[in-house]
Amino acid sequence: MREEQIKEILGSIRIHSSTMMSADVAHLMIDQNKVLSSHTLPGLEVDVKELDDGIDAKITVREGSLIEKPVHMCFGVLPRKGVQRIVLDVRIEENAKVSILAHCTFPNAMDVQHLMNARISVGAGAEYAYFERHVHGEQGGVKVYPKAVVEVGPKARFRTEFELLRGRVGLIDIDYETTCRAYGVMEMMARINGTGTDLIKIKEVGHLIEEGARGALTSKIAVRDEARAEVYNKLTASAPYARGHVDCKEIVQDSAVAKAIPIVEVNHPKAHVTHEAAIGSVDTKQLETLMARGLSEDEASELIIEGMLS
Amino acid sequence: MGVMELKGLSLALNGKKILDHLEIDFWEGHIHALVGPNGAGKSTLAATIMGLAGYRNVEGDILFEGQSLLGLDVDQRARKGMTLGWQEPARYEGLKVRQFIRAAARDKSAPRIAEALSRVGLEPAEYLDRAVDKTLSGGERKKIELASILAMQPRVVLLDEPDSGIDVESLERIFDAVKALREMGSTVILITHSLTVLKQADHAFLMCHGKIIDKGAVERIVRYFENKCLLCDHKNVPVLDGEGESA
Repeated sequence: MREEQIKEILGSIRIHSSTMMSADVAHLMIDQNKVLSSHTLPGLEVDVKELDDGIDAKITVREGSLIEKPVHMCFGVLPRKGVQRIVLDVRIEENAKVSILAHCTFPNAMDVQHLMNARISVGAGAEYAYFERHVHGEQGGVKVYPKAVVEVGPKARFRTEFELLRGRVGLIDIDYETTCRAYGVMEMMARINGTGTDLIKIKEVGHLIEEGARGALTSKIAVRDEARAEVYNKLTASAPYARGHVDCKEIVQDSAVAKAIPIVEVNHPKAHVTHEAAIGSVDTKQLETLMARGLSEDEASELIIEGMLS
Repeated sequence: MGVMELKGLSLALNGKKILDHLEIDFWEGHIHALVGPNGAGKSTLAATIMGLAGYRNVEGDILFEGQSLLGLDVDQRARKGMTLGWQEPARYEGLKVRQFIRAAARDKSAPRIAEALSRVGLEPAEYLDRAVDKTLSGGERKKIELASILAMQPRVVLLDEPDSGIDVESLERIFDAVKALREMGSTVILITHSLTVLKQADHAFLMCHGKIIDKGAVERIVRYFENKCLLCDHKNVPVLDGEGESA
């Protein structure tokens, strides 16, 4: 039974077991609230408690530890219905480095909720990259609520990307807030394609509170049919030489609706934050160029959106 | 009979006539140049032939192999074998050069896509995985667009200002690609106000204020450039010893 669940999860995210299960790759695989498999490496500590409706995991990368290969974390809900609550406490200690590939897979979902509540601390000089890749069913029966509060220490780097690889969005409600200290760097990006009656809500907030802190908030969204997207990006800079950029691009087709609310707040004369937001249909010139090569309007639109979301 | 014929083609934009009763016969397998000063209507003619949005409400007709193109969308015209290279090519965020060329290519195999890129002087290993976006210069995007046209192997290709943004060293590559198009049987229409580009053609049309005011061998049309003067009704200083009277 357990082997079958592992096989189904790996199949849904299209990763061969040899990639994730090799000795030099750390991993944690969860189906709803059960740990199916785990493996750690020196310098990486993973402590998981099973809850009634999910897990509570404490992940620590010890000071100076460099985890070479990405750590794979699979959060799956294989049944059609269910709730999965993930509580994460991530601590990347000083000068440590790790990259996590989080595969969230709900391939059969008709009525599934996935709630993640993370507290993340990236110590001085440390680097933490968190790539969240989702695979959903085609019914749109998934509600995803990723929430994280992140502290980026001096000269530390934090990067996160959220991407829906396959399936319908359903509901995605992202809420990330990051505070960046002196010469720290944060990058937050979301790339999502909504169709049908999908609802995409993104709230990304960044605070550049000490000298030389840098940050970028990027959202790339495409919606069609009757899908809706609301993107709220806020970046504040309150220290000298803090630098930030907010970038929101949304392509709207059919009866879909997209909103973008970019807020930049600068509280120091030597800080600098820029923003750009573009919402609209597919660019006519891009479209006509591809159509002049023989692609239909739909094929051209798909290719342009695929590029934007890549 | 030419591969494409314009029959009394006229177009007005915002109440102003931009193309005025054009009668042109583009011979198959030739490199034609459509030359004239800024505002002559050259790019508008290219957009009209391709059927771009805003350029469809025409009088007269455009015949492609004897069949009218009126009423056909851009992609339908392209599938008949026509295409257009823009003066300022579009930028595509995230779309890889490989994907862009592949979308157009008749033979979508990797070696053919790389070959198309090589023919315009770009190293495939360096460019195939780059995005067709603002990280590329205008000249690089121009070459990539030409590579996609080579891969498409069109019957008729309109190239709007093919030297725009191209450095002197790369210009010969562009001209080689134009000749390669002709060798593969394409009819090429170069839209230009450059003497250098004009000299690549076999045959030229001189356009001013929406009208064809002369046509013929390139050597004949070149003389207008040398005299910096046009024989038409808004510049009444003809200097061609009567040679330019037959429009």
